[in-house]
Amino acid sequence: MANPAQAAGGRSFLQAVSTVTEEAPSPLRVVQMEGLAVLKIIKHCEEFAPALVTGQLLGLDVGSVLEVTNCFPFPMREDDEEADADGANYQLEMMRCLREVNVDNNTVGWYQSCLLGSFQTVELIETFMNYQENIRRCVCIVYDPSRSNQGVLALKALKLTDSFMDLYRNNGLTGEKLREKKLSWVDIFEEIPIKVSNSALVSAFMTELEPESPVSQCDFDRLKLSTAPFMERNLEFLIGCMDDLSSEQNKFQYYYRNVSRQQSQQQAWIQKRRQENMSRKAAGEEPLPEEDPSNPIFKPIPEPSRLEGYLVTNQISSYCNHINGVAGQNFNRLYLMKGLQEED
Amino acid sequence: MPLVMAPSESSRAESPVLLFPSSSSASASASASASARVEAVVVFNICDSYVRRPAQAERVIGTLLGSVLPDGTVHVRNTYVVPHNESADQVALDVDYHHNMYASHHKVNPKEVIVGWFSTGFGVSAGSTLIHEFYSREVQSPIHLTVDTGFTRGDASIKAYISSNLSLGDRQLAAHFQEIPLDLRMLEAGKVGFDILKSTIMEKLPNDLDGMESSIEKLCTLSNAIYRYVDDVVEGRVAADNKIGRFISDSVTSMPKFSAAAFDKLFNDKIEDNLALVYLSSLTRTQISIAEKLNTAAQML
Repeated sequence: MANPAQAAGGRSFLQAVSTVTEEAPSPLRVVQMEGLAVLKIIKHCEEFAPALVTGQLLGLDVGSVLEVTNCFPFPMREDDEEADADGANYQLEMMRCLREVNVDNNTVGWYQSCLLGSFQTVELIETFMNYQENIRRCVCIVYDPSRSNQGVLALKALKLTDSFMDLYRNNGLTGEKLREKKLSWVDIFEEIPIKVSNSALVSAFMTELEPESPVSQCDFDRLKLSTAPFMERNLEFLIGCMDDLSSEQNKFQYYYRNVSRQQSQQQAWIQKRRQENMSRKAAGEEPLPEEDPSNPIFKPIPEPSRLEGYLVTNQISSYCNHINGVAGQNFNRLYLMKGLQEED
Repeated sequence: MPLVMAPSESSRAESPVLLFPSSSSASASASASASARVEAVVVFNICDSYVRRPAQAERVIGTLLGSVLPDGTVHVRNTYVVPHNESADQVALDVDYHHNMYASHHKVNPKEVIVGWFSTGFGVSAGSTLIHEFYSREVQSPIHLTVDTGFTRGDASIKAYISSNLSLGDRQLAAHFQEIPLDLRMLEAGKVGFDILKSTIMEKLPNDLDGMESSIEKLCTLSNAIYRYVDDVVEGRVAADNKIGRFISDSVTSMPKFSAAAFDKLFNDKIEDNLALVYLSSLTRTQISIAEKLNTAAQML
């Protein structure tokens, strides 16, 4: 255990750092990952694929660069209370242990694996909001194991945009607010470029141990002609998402139909009330009020949240990107094949 | 509470460490078929912990996790550092830390068990026998991995040992460390691409097309090299090597042979499939943007 004086020292240092950054908040521009963290994330995600796993990122927040120097995996989640408490204990224990061996003891976000880039979920956003409460700068690193056997290092650093977070916090995801802020589905997530750095020692070791080979496994993977299974699954997911999107849209149509029906009911009611008031006036009685809050037809119908639709749209767009990307590569491969065939 | 290990008898302190390199003929019988395989993440972690070692420490040690493959190969897949203290004649190891960390790792991946321990530095030192004794109590026949982070011999040497005690009756003569073959191919890291693991800084991760481009460039340089070699052999500038010749002929014949018409059909079908996919995805994108426009229009009501 670290002694309390040390812990206190650490805290005041942290405070000092945070006051400095508060004076000059610079936007997060780059996520700089250590090779160690990259390898650990990949190891964890690949070992458990296709199950989805998460873990914590440790590092330092240096101005506009967020350094991810280490990480540790979370155990698989089980859905009961006891396991939750266990998970929290595990996290504290791990942080304590890593601090003892001088690993950066500062949470900068978390990582998770995803299937074919389908990470845009409500849970992700909720986790983000949770993290954001405690740490000012946090990122989520998403790794897609399903794309690694195509020779692609599918590593992405994401954060939520500030404008989206504001709206989400204030429950402002209604049509009117979104229009006011001009927030569309592309403005939910922000991708941050990733830099990879290695210590000189690691670099020396790898250069020594790995002779400069003309080809590596990932070159073979990239030139593989069979991408059909990947494309098929992408399309399958895309179709599923389109169904989701149309059901989301139906929800809105239903809502607007209800709203317009309610408006016409209100109109009719007011018309009736006015006529009644006219006759009451003629009879010399007090007119009745033209608004009646207790009447159910004046109760506003709650507007469904736009969030779900926006997230589905985000997913669709990432599937489309995959399809376009892989199709583009397929053209390359096919023309390469053609060249080879003609040479013979 | 740290466990302090000191040689119990005075005789033990003097007991020498016998180190056998794997090539020595005497060793062949001793180490049956034991060998080890190390993943890149282990090397990375050891280097990182060495960089972050406490100010006075000369070396770092830690536990190796992994599994024993059916053929007896020890596959080292993970590792963590264990704080320790070393002085002239005793070694203090933080055993609590070791057990806590193992329990935590075990929660994440129960398949990874203790297979041995590592130390930085070249070769096996006197303190190592004590630590090795401790790990022998944790697991049967642990392996000992040494990573020469100081490059004392001018190269990156990573070696694996197994140990046995040489004793005569009750008297311990020496700890015998036998080097075993070590596979450092790091297959899992190959998937990532060594480019990002070798350089000290990489400004940008390669995207799909960058990767494709570099792969095709590599392919071009390789086929050019082969052309050059074949031409040289044909013109007698280079002595022919049957092995290489067979390899080239195997590679060439591995190409399936199509008639021109069949290939054209296959090729065009594939191109059309891909075009259809691109078309579909553009259509979807258009649909999304129209849907968004319509939704905004609906809000105007």
